[in-house]
Amino acid sequence: MSFRVLVLAVSLLMSMTTYSKELYPLASQKQEAQFHALLHELRCLVCQNQDLSDSNAGLAKDLRNEVYQLVKIGKSDTEIMDYLTMRYGDFILFKPPVKSITLLLWFGPILFLGVGLVILVVSFRKGSRTNDD
Amino acid sequence: MKYLSWRMIPIFVFVVLLLLFWRGLSLDPHHLPSTRVGKMMPEFQLPLLNDHKHSLTPKDFQGHMSLLTVWASWCDACAREQPFLLKLQQKGVLIYGINYKDTPTDAKKWLAEWGNPYQLIAEDVDGHVAIDLGVYGAPETFLVNKKGMILYRHVGILNEQVWQTKFLALMKEG
Repeated sequence: MSFRVLVLAVSLLMSMTTYSKELYPLASQKQEAQFHALLHELRCLVCQNQDLSDSNAGLAKDLRNEVYQLVKIGKSDTEIMDYLTMRYGDFILFKPPVKSITLLLWFGPILFLGVGLVILVVSFRKGSRTNDD
Repeated sequence: MKYLSWRMIPIFVFVVLLLLFWRGLSLDPHHLPSTRVGKMMPEFQLPLLNDHKHSLTPKDFQGHMSLLTVWASWCDACAREQPFLLKLQQKGVLIYGINYKDTPTDAKKWLAEWGNPYQLIAEDVDGHVAIDLGVYGAPETFLVNKKGMILYRHVGILNEQVWQTKFLALMKEG
């Protein structure tokens, strides 16, 4: 009995991955790949840790449709991302663009690591110098 | 003296971080600033709730300051802000409504129950115009100036405090 339930559950799960292909038919493999790749790069603004392909939120469904329509008419990744960031800002992208305003976001951690190392080295040297006296 | 100030740096950093974290406690991590503020309303044409022969377009916003509220009958928070919107309407504030991803029947029933402060109500059944406005939840209220430019976008329930602190100053500037 439980084995049958398992088989049913696994086959349902497997069918869910093809679910979106039937709902969003596209002319070529290339477009399908573009569509699915984009969905993974875009954030659901309601459930903000999920991407557009995973989220069940109403807005996610609407945005999936928008992306689908844009892919269908042949828009490029940049054009589609610009379309969405124009309406929702950079936050809708999981990877924020490297602009002057996000430089600290991207390079901050390395910067702090560098400063920390410098302080470590300097205090180490200072400590060893006083020990010699 | 120089030796002393070198040691002050971690304490200084700590105090700064403390202040930032304290400030952070009152921030909402889910809140999105609107990219539409400071820009003209996007072009749109939506049928009116009570009259499908006529539409709401950005032209309706020309010549006067107004509010545009995105609401729905399925939205609990919308019901909670309705008394305040009715109060604003009685004070003479022009409010336009976009009925978001809803049905006309439900919308009309909801208005009969909660009141109707709107000059005009447009139906955005598939939510496409809301996406153009950068809407990510209901209710949202936009402050639109005489030329049809969006001056501010508030996400969530509009109340006296938000009105006083965010909207009034902008309304006076015209």
